[in-house]
Amino acid sequence: MNEQELRNLVGQVKAGRMSRRQFVQRMVAIGLTAPMAGMMLHQSGVAQAATAVPYKPPKAGGGGVLKLLFWQAPTLLNPHFAIGTKDQEASRLFYEPLAGWDRDGNLVPILAEEIPSKDNDGLKEDGLSVVWKLKKGVKWHDGVPFTADDVIFNWEYSNNPQTAAASIGSYKDVKAIEKLDDHTVRMVFAQPTPFWANAFVASYGLIIPKHLFADYAGDKSRDAPANLKPVGTGPYMFVDFRPGDSVAAKRNPGYHQEGRPYFDTVELKGGGDAVSAARAVLQTGEYDYAYNIQVEDEILQKLEAGGQGKASLSVCGNIEHIQLNVTDPSVEVDGERASVKTKHPLFSDPAVREAMNLLIDRDSVQKFIYGRAGVATPNFLNNPEQFRSKNNKYEFSIEKANQVLEAAGWKKGSDGIRAKDGKQLKLVFQTSINSPRQKNQAVIKQACQKAGIDVELKSVVASVFFSSDTANPDTYSHFYCDMQMYQTTMPQADPQFFMNQFTSGEVASKANKWQGRNITRWQSKEYDDVYHQAEKELDPVKRAALFIKLNDLVVADRYILPEINRKLAIGVKNGMVLHESGWDNDLWQIANWYRDV
Amino acid sequence: MGNYLLRRLIIAIPSLLGISLILFVLLALAPGDPFGELASNPNIPPEVREVLRAKFGINDPVFVRYFHWLVAMLHGDWGFSFASRVDVDTLILQRIPTTLYVVGTSQLLALAVALPVGVYAAMRPYSIFDQIANTFAFIGFSLPTFFTGLLLILVFSVNLGWLPFVYRADIAATGWHWYWEYIKQAIMPITVLGLFQAASYTRYVRSAVLDVIRLDYVTTARSKGIGERKVIVKHVVRNALIPVVTLVALQMPSVFGGAIITEQIFRIPGIGSLLISAILANDTPVIMAVAFVFSCLVVFFNLLADIIYGWLDPRISFR
Repeated sequence: MNEQELRNLVGQVKAGRMSRRQFVQRMVAIGLTAPMAGMMLHQSGVAQAATAVPYKPPKAGGGGVLKLLFWQAPTLLNPHFAIGTKDQEASRLFYEPLAGWDRDGNLVPILAEEIPSKDNDGLKEDGLSVVWKLKKGVKWHDGVPFTADDVIFNWEYSNNPQTAAASIGSYKDVKAIEKLDDHTVRMVFAQPTPFWANAFVASYGLIIPKHLFADYAGDKSRDAPANLKPVGTGPYMFVDFRPGDSVAAKRNPGYHQEGRPYFDTVELKGGGDAVSAARAVLQTGEYDYAYNIQVEDEILQKLEAGGQGKASLSVCGNIEHIQLNVTDPSVEVDGERASVKTKHPLFSDPAVREAMNLLIDRDSVQKFIYGRAGVATPNFLNNPEQFRSKNNKYEFSIEKANQVLEAAGWKKGSDGIRAKDGKQLKLVFQTSINSPRQKNQAVIKQACQKAGIDVELKSVVASVFFSSDTANPDTYSHFYCDMQMYQTTMPQADPQFFMNQFTSGEVASKANKWQGRNITRWQSKEYDDVYHQAEKELDPVKRAALFIKLNDLVVADRYILPEINRKLAIGVKNGMVLHESGWDNDLWQIANWYRDV
Repeated sequence: MGNYLLRRLIIAIPSLLGISLILFVLLALAPGDPFGELASNPNIPPEVREVLRAKFGINDPVFVRYFHWLVAMLHGDWGFSFASRVDVDTLILQRIPTTLYVVGTSQLLALAVALPVGVYAAMRPYSIFDQIANTFAFIGFSLPTFFTGLLLILVFSVNLGWLPFVYRADIAATGWHWYWEYIKQAIMPITVLGLFQAASYTRYVRSAVLDVIRLDYVTTARSKGIGERKVIVKHVVRNALIPVVTLVALQMPSVFGGAIITEQIFRIPGIGSLLISAILANDTPVIMAVAFVFSCLVVFFNLLADIIYGWLDPRISFR
């Protein structure tokens, strides 16, 4: 899909011939995130539907206890230090951002009065600044008013490397923040920034109070008492926190949204394992919500038969994919294996890559391994039908794979393994230890065997595989083998960070201690050029077209073989109404959760 | 006696140093680091990861880090957890009450079951009662706690719905209700741990009593016409319990150390679950502290066991 086609679609929405939701669904289908699609409409002047979050209870309170179960326990309650989503979710009870993302990619104001747009002079043509208007009359839990100073402080706090904040990625590109008045700030960027809804928005944008943290910015960040006793603007107030175990909260009577929240107290319990967490919600109904239940669908269905709750799945950008190594892991150049100076002896032949793509039985993997929790995908281009690119169709055919290899001169030897010029088709295939992945590996190995490719399977403990340990050769970023499989997550609503993983500058190597994000070490001049163009492109529609092109470039070369688009699963007790997003934390609308009786 | 104590305490110092050094080096050599989750997160630039590594001192050589740790430890500074940025001693203190309650009660339960059953079985060896007690003891310590734990959950929580299987340390209720909730949620974990321990204690008690009951002085006591009850309680059990007391003393560190598997199954926020989550997150300071406290306790209770032994049996002298 090119820029012109995108423009036509936007035009259709503008003219009312196509609904917002349809548009967003199409954009998600071609690999863009819902927030990105939302931004396209927003900046093209299509008025954002007043996103009303449904909420029935007549008044605040009266809902009793809300019980949340996290099998990974939150360990800290300062959102700037959050290591994983577990910490962000727990912080969400107390802290709020200026705005969050809903499931259709709309920005929903939370602490902001309104979403900046060209109409309200929030956005400028040059993309260098954004004006946020803050909601008036918001008070911190201790009664101090929330003002522009708090917003500015959060940027200073996070942007200071000595603070060691995990949220720094969202704030480091902001050059300055000016206070226009007590409830208006102007964010100024160093360079034109198409994706401005990053700082102060969603999971990394939660705002902490200046009056409690001002003395603890930088080096002393760890000593702040409020790290463990949060005082926020959120719907619930702090009662008790035991790191790695539980959080207790009570209703904030002075909450800034009228008639909310519904529940009187919140009990958040952490620890244990995903299966029993799912059981406590779906089968026994002891809890109202269970976080991220990564459990095989077969087990979920059995638990759901208990009749107390349902698993709820939401679409996100997480892609389970297989990488073929561009470089040769068996040769050492300058003390470094898999150096970019080498070429993989087998995969440098496009026919072998093509055959590998034909040997992945994506349909069976979806049907028998992931069930509801994943959708088979040939690449990022999926449904609807008319948008499925011809070159990107996926197919499983051992016969075709054999033909492709035969035609390229890979002949079967006496041991049944194909070879050419003395090189045998023998591969090592690694992944992290995780039951669906091992089954998936076996499915691929079997198909390869039938095509005369010998695959040796290797599984590495997840904590090692995903570690940033420079000395360990088994991490995914070293990629010292021929193939590997894992899931890339997309914690950011915008694909810019996500897509930099195929740029030449990001190649993981000894020089950058394997911290680079381009793990296959796939390099393409054209990709780099288009990427840099996209980085600067301010027109959201043109930018979207560029990202689609980037996707196609990667996929067409067959070094990256997308397999399953995984979904986020949570457990929800019957009657609970919560507003999942997929692009923001599960608890992003905790103020509007209620029990429908 | 005083001399003996002093000597034992002095010997304890190099062994604790050795233990801490081995622990530290092993942890440093183990693969993985606390920033694994950050590594796959594109929102965190590599520079920030480097700053974090430098800030937490992970980039220094192992022996420099060990030295820093040791000096800080001697000053009473246990360091802070990488995962929660909270002081390690706070984390540990927060979890001790729960562990003491659950694991301590289970030890009491184990003794309450093992003592009478073991003694009675030894009084009538190879009787029907002895046979049944033996059978159950064997079953008891052959079944791992994760199995019995899941079995109990399945029966009492899922099928019958009587007991909760998620343990909570911050129950909001007050008065009698609070006590009842606390007892209710602890029934299953205490039963699992207690019966497992009781099984092996029973075997020890039985064989210890069996050894003593055949001795001449017991026969003498009986022939003097002392009642059977008095013979057993005053003459037999008193001597037979010497090895059992030692055994129980050596089990004490685990009361503090918690029970990793059982705590994980029932989500009990004790020391064991702190340790396992720290290990999974590669949270070195916490692992170090918990393991080190544990080894101190082992050394201490070993000493205590020796002293109790001498006190119970004056024939053993301290030299």
